[in-house]
Amino acid sequence: MAVSVKNITVPRGKNWVDNTYIIPVIKGLIITLRHMFKKPIVLYYPENKKVLPPNYRGLHMLTRDEQGREKCVACEMCSTACPADCIRIVANDSGDVWKDNFENREKHPIVFEIDELRCIFCGMCVEACPEDAIDMTDMHNLADYTRQDFIYDKERLLGVYDEYIKRHPDHAKRRDGEFKAMKNSSYFSVVSVENAKKPGGH
Amino acid sequence: MEIFYPYIFMGILLVTWLTSVPVMVLVERKVSGWLQYRVGPTRVGPWGLLQPIADALKFLSKEDVVPHHVNKWLYIFAPALMVFPAFFVIGVIPVGILTLGGKEILVQIGHTNIGILYVLAVSSLVVYSITFSAWASNNKYSLLGGLRSAAQMMSYELPMGLSILGTIMLVGSLRLEDIVNFQMNSAWGIVWQPLGALIFIVTAFAETNRLPFDLAEAEAELVGGYHTEYSSMKFAMFFLGEYCNMLTASVMITLLFLGGWNVPFVQGMNLEPLTQQVIQIAGLALKVVFLMFFFVWVRWTLPRFRYDQLMNFGWKTLIPLALANVVITAIVMAIVS
Repeated sequence: MAVSVKNITVPRGKNWVDNTYIIPVIKGLIITLRHMFKKPIVLYYPENKKVLPPNYRGLHMLTRDEQGREKCVACEMCSTACPADCIRIVANDSGDVWKDNFENREKHPIVFEIDELRCIFCGMCVEACPEDAIDMTDMHNLADYTRQDFIYDKERLLGVYDEYIKRHPDHAKRRDGEFKAMKNSSYFSVVSVENAKKPGGH
Repeated sequence: MEIFYPYIFMGILLVTWLTSVPVMVLVERKVSGWLQYRVGPTRVGPWGLLQPIADALKFLSKEDVVPHHVNKWLYIFAPALMVFPAFFVIGVIPVGILTLGGKEILVQIGHTNIGILYVLAVSSLVVYSITFSAWASNNKYSLLGGLRSAAQMMSYELPMGLSILGTIMLVGSLRLEDIVNFQMNSAWGIVWQPLGALIFIVTAFAETNRLPFDLAEAEAELVGGYHTEYSSMKFAMFFLGEYCNMLTASVMITLLFLGGWNVPFVQGMNLEPLTQQVIQIAGLALKVVFLMFFFVWVRWTLPRFRYDQLMNFGWKTLIPLALANVVITAIVMAIVS
């Protein structure tokens, strides 16, 4: 195979003053000095957190209706849509659990598991769900000790909803107007200042 | 009483040098942060002030590993040799004049006629530490880093020595206090010797292994460099030595080219001699602090040299320039006198 040779000419300055690199170095020093007096972009993480947009795709949750019952009807649309194949559902006749058989529900899940390590957080399950039963939260800092702990079962996913709705009571409404909300929420600038510890200051 | 002054000065200067290292570490981390839109350490103590102490405690409490494949004596000797010249060089550095008991006393430990030569000679011993540590580590990456660094430091010692030759010719003395007095009576050395000052500052960066000349350490291609195999306090000794050398280099730049303890206009203000002298020492400290900041500032401005560029720059640019500086100074001096 022929070796292709590329001749590189060393870039030179416009005149001999530039070629001494003294003036360019001073210019560079001034540039870095100017950056020193700009506001830092970091935030003190555990105290201050960025407000994530309402359509952020974080940890899943299984939503409940107004009476606190799980909305899922075990249609398996989400597990069918899932490209990572991380949702496992075992459906059961709902008659024996809900005697009133609300909203003509025929099935409900007795097993609903999401393997959060397999999940690619694409949000297809949320798109597929006809009942708005599965949704995604803004929780993203998942940590556990074993791989088994990352397989979230039904109770845990419902628990995620309970926890999430406490922080965002208007979640359903925000979801509806999500694109509008996204436009208005200044995603790149808003920092919540609970326990206000201000970044920067020098 | 007068016989004790060198010992008192020795204590004061040694403590100053040692305590300035943690301060410099903090300043380096803070300034690095600010230059990159970060805030630097903030968690330990107010404003992160206790961070260097936390770092030092961490170094002390780490396991002191001596790998089985090393040359044990050299391996242990090398970090000590790094700190030794850093402290030894303090011996001839004057930092000011104080009027004590009606007598003007130079704040300097040892009064010697060959101040500059001594500083150059002792500070160049650092290269042995780096070479020994690289060799003793018995690790190819360490050895490569050490070799590179040794070649770099030896190449840059030449222009460093030549760059101050012009100043020495002007002053006619190797005593650092004479050089400062000369600058106080006329103008700062950077006015007399702009090229010499530039070359000296550049070579000081190279001698202290600071960016853009930090080829002794290279995370990307050499894992770490000459200190790859070192841990715990031995590793910290290299740090300590490096920062002490930085401080010494800053003081040398100040003494030779920035007027030493000369503060403009303070002599015409008719102050008490002691007040004036304290202001002058504070002025020296301020200049040194600025130079320390300058070290960090340059670190985040200039990209580092490639090895062949470094060698070309040292041998083909700096040495001819320094030689030309000497010749031009000599010619001008001959014409003027």
